[in-house]
Amino acid sequence: MTVFAHQLRAEQLIFWRNRESAVFVFIFPVLLFVLLGSLYDGEITIGNVDYPASDVLLAGMIGYGAANTAFAGLAISLVLRREYGILKRLRATPLPAVTYLGAVLTSSLIVFSLQVLTLFALGRLAYDAALPDRIGSLLLLVVLGVVAFAGLGIGSAALIRSGEGASAVLNVILLPMAFLSGAFGSRDYPAVLEAIANVLPLKYFIDLVYAVYLEREPIWDDPLAIAVVSAWGIGGAIVGARRFGWEPRER
Amino acid sequence: MTAISVRGLVKNYGEIEAVRGISFEVAVGEVFGLLGPNGAGKTTTVEILEGYRQRDGGDVEVLGFDPGRMEPSFRRLIGVVLQTSELWANLKVREVHRIFAGYYPHPRAVDEVIELVGLTQKRDARLKTLSGGQKRRLDLGIALVGDPDLVFLDEPTTGFDPAARRNAWELVRSLRALGKTVLLTTHYLDEAQQLADRVAVLRAGEIVKMGRPEELIASSGRAEIRYRRNGEQIVVETGELTRTLHELTGQAVAEGRELDGLEVRRATLEDVYLELMEDE
Repeated sequence: MTVFAHQLRAEQLIFWRNRESAVFVFIFPVLLFVLLGSLYDGEITIGNVDYPASDVLLAGMIGYGAANTAFAGLAISLVLRREYGILKRLRATPLPAVTYLGAVLTSSLIVFSLQVLTLFALGRLAYDAALPDRIGSLLLLVVLGVVAFAGLGIGSAALIRSGEGASAVLNVILLPMAFLSGAFGSRDYPAVLEAIANVLPLKYFIDLVYAVYLEREPIWDDPLAIAVVSAWGIGGAIVGARRFGWEPRER
Repeated sequence: MTAISVRGLVKNYGEIEAVRGISFEVAVGEVFGLLGPNGAGKTTTVEILEGYRQRDGGDVEVLGFDPGRMEPSFRRLIGVVLQTSELWANLKVREVHRIFAGYYPHPRAVDEVIELVGLTQKRDARLKTLSGGQKRRLDLGIALVGDPDLVFLDEPTTGFDPAARRNAWELVRSLRALGKTVLLTTHYLDEAQQLADRVAVLRAGEIVKMGRPEELIASSGRAEIRYRRNGEQIVVETGELTRTLHELTGQAVAEGRELDGLEVRRATLEDVYLELMEDE
């Protein structure tokens, strides 16, 4: 077994064994989808077209799930691992940093993929939501979401100093961003809020989910959205590369 | 064979000179102790040798490598026990050992290592259920699972109760029996005296004394003579034990007195250490 596969297995074990991360990262978006799905009825208008509410919510929750898993969840776990001294300890082993990061990223990809599958299965069974037919584009979307939000997650982890504050800080960023980006339903907001949403990566990521899932278009039909999501991810990764430290900040 | 060679090592943190040009060598198979109070530069020195920190001056060679480069081939050869670290609370002792074993080309058998550090009973226990002493033993276990040639122990028994400390000492002795080189930092003198083949006493970033514990004690030459006179405890400190003792006993014999509770105590490493810390 290669060191990468070994570390990926370890990451999966660590993730699923930790009840907080499994509930917060994996279960919570699924639960939110069930809750919102039972509240909304009828149709939601996206760009002058009416879609079944369950489909729009499912699309929004895929967006929220990507940001929750790869941005908030990853950042929290990186900050905690740094502050506990786990990263420092790992650095004294022969495990290469690139292999480690690759395994952490792939682990997030596995978690998010399972989440997307669960959302579609649940949407189908509980709300008769449509199934996607652009499977290739959907796969690309999942990978793009994890990689870009992981870039943001690593950048944020580099800027957050304390382990205790990490979860609060990230949720203060994540929840308003998700709300403004339309992750929880309609996007019918006043112009000011819409203007803010128009710079957020999650808004463009959800645009892509709409395109691929609701409009059944290939992902590359919206290059602007791909560009904005990627730019945020690259920006985060650059901050991470410059500022991320392996050693605890607080001690 | 030299495992560690340090020449004129300098490390500054801003204005503070944490390490001021120290030099020492550690032979293969030796247990070497860095002794000194908090802030003397022990951890800084060890972390430079482990590769965590870059030095500001001097030459350092560890197992033939420059540790500052953190090459994987170097990291395969060392085992590290940090002063403080927590691992994944929900994983089991055996799982964590297996994870670390997977990083090394020729790891030791996981169960064997768990047995060596005395955690066989706790093999399937989650880390969050371990006591402080058991966690330190886990730290040692994962430092040994890669079968390193050199083990760094940074204050391995700080916060231990006396029984746990004795257990930890047994472990370090077993490392010596395995032929490992050990670099140990401690601020406990009895620990250095018990475990180290040689010690370097650090004060304010400089080595003020180095040698085998017995040598350091002998070099002090100080001793104490205690006896009681008319129920009163008398303590005589002397640098010339034979002469002083001869005078005391000669006088007593001449006067036909008994020196009640006569006791002669040689200096311990602690006395030597306190002496070193005193003369600024």
